[in-house]
Amino acid sequence: MTNEDIIAILSEVKDPEIPVLSISDLGILRAVETDGENISIQISPTYSGCPAMEIIQDDIRTALAKHGLKNIEIKQILSPAWTSDWMTDEGKLKLQSYGIAAPAVHGCLLNGEDQPESCPLCHSKNIEMISRFGSTSCKALYRCLDCREPFDYFKCH
Amino acid sequence: MDLLSTYIIHLADNALVLGHRDSEWTGHGPILEQDIALSNIALDLVGQARNFYQLAATRLNELTPGEQITEDDLAYLRDVNEFRNFILVEQVNGDWAKTILRQFYFSTYQFLLYNQLLQSNIPEIAAISEKSIKETRYHVKWSSEWVLRLGDGTEESHAKMIDAMKTLQPWISELFLPADFEFEAAASGAGVLPEIIKDDWYYRVNKLFETATLPTLTSEKKPMQILSGKKGVHSEHLGFLLAEMQFLQRAYPGSIW
Repeated sequence: MTNEDIIAILSEVKDPEIPVLSISDLGILRAVETDGENISIQISPTYSGCPAMEIIQDDIRTALAKHGLKNIEIKQILSPAWTSDWMTDEGKLKLQSYGIAAPAVHGCLLNGEDQPESCPLCHSKNIEMISRFGSTSCKALYRCLDCREPFDYFKCH
Repeated sequence: MDLLSTYIIHLADNALVLGHRDSEWTGHGPILEQDIALSNIALDLVGQARNFYQLAATRLNELTPGEQITEDDLAYLRDVNEFRNFILVEQVNGDWAKTILRQFYFSTYQFLLYNQLLQSNIPEIAAISEKSIKETRYHVKWSSEWVLRLGDGTEESHAKMIDAMKTLQPWISELFLPADFEFEAAASGAGVLPEIIKDDWYYRVNKLFETATLPTLTSEKKPMQILSGKKGVHSEHLGFLLAEMQFLQRAYPGSIW
């Protein structure tokens, strides 16, 4: 087993709250190292209180155990802090087609207003915010004024 | 306990106690979206508290051979006089105006403090601050919008904000009165004296109050202080809060989720 093999296995581990995104798509899988027997994995939480982190750790262990890999150390890395910029382009496309607007602004340049580019369903730019917080900390709630559908926005962070 | 560990616990206690207060709104918010907003802020704060408690526990275990305490011991098994949070954050939720104003005061403070702590010579404090500041920026934004909406809203919402200002006024000065652990933290380079962020705090708060048509605050020259959460002398509210928060671990020691 090489680092690449392990990364390939881990690409099957999904965010339990957004099951279309893998932990690689989300950018929270930061490093994988192995000497063939022991595996050390670094992950970054999206938000400090993210309740998915423990489930993700369990899912990582389960995914690797299926391949007979058991000596696993998982470390949570806080610095550098996770940013939505680490989400892959593929991840952003998956989000959009799942009905969640992808983060629009560069997270590190976040001074002004941060809002989705368009409605992920009908692509109208005629949208308004309903709430700064949506179903999870990482999302805000918007509505489209053309197709009238509410939708989640994955915030810049 | 050494003063630097107390400093870290102080940072954790503030986040945990306000996080718990905010979580009391879960299921009771005035509208669903704001119920969810406060629950999410609670989650952020409890997450930040966890990170600080884990750091404090690791540190205490290293300093005392044989000690094996965890984040849970610090959160669930300390009594009122061992908590080092501000009196401000343990105040009861009251109405929506009081909850909003308490959040705005604290989040503004926390945002300015985390900015300073990015320079901490304890790398874990700097890392937790780097992580948390992004969340706190959002809490400031959310609570600011509400201060504006209520202050510059209807006659009734304005009156409720004035009432909230009066209720919380006595607890502001404590934010900036240094405790022994803050002197130690500043001297060692792990933290800062709160005076450093005082002017900026008043500036930001008053700037918003002006826009929100609310009277501005003046900082007290010689604040009278009888209660001091930082010294473990709390208002009666914290005991009730802990009684609820710690009940499960006290009644069923060591039980896990």
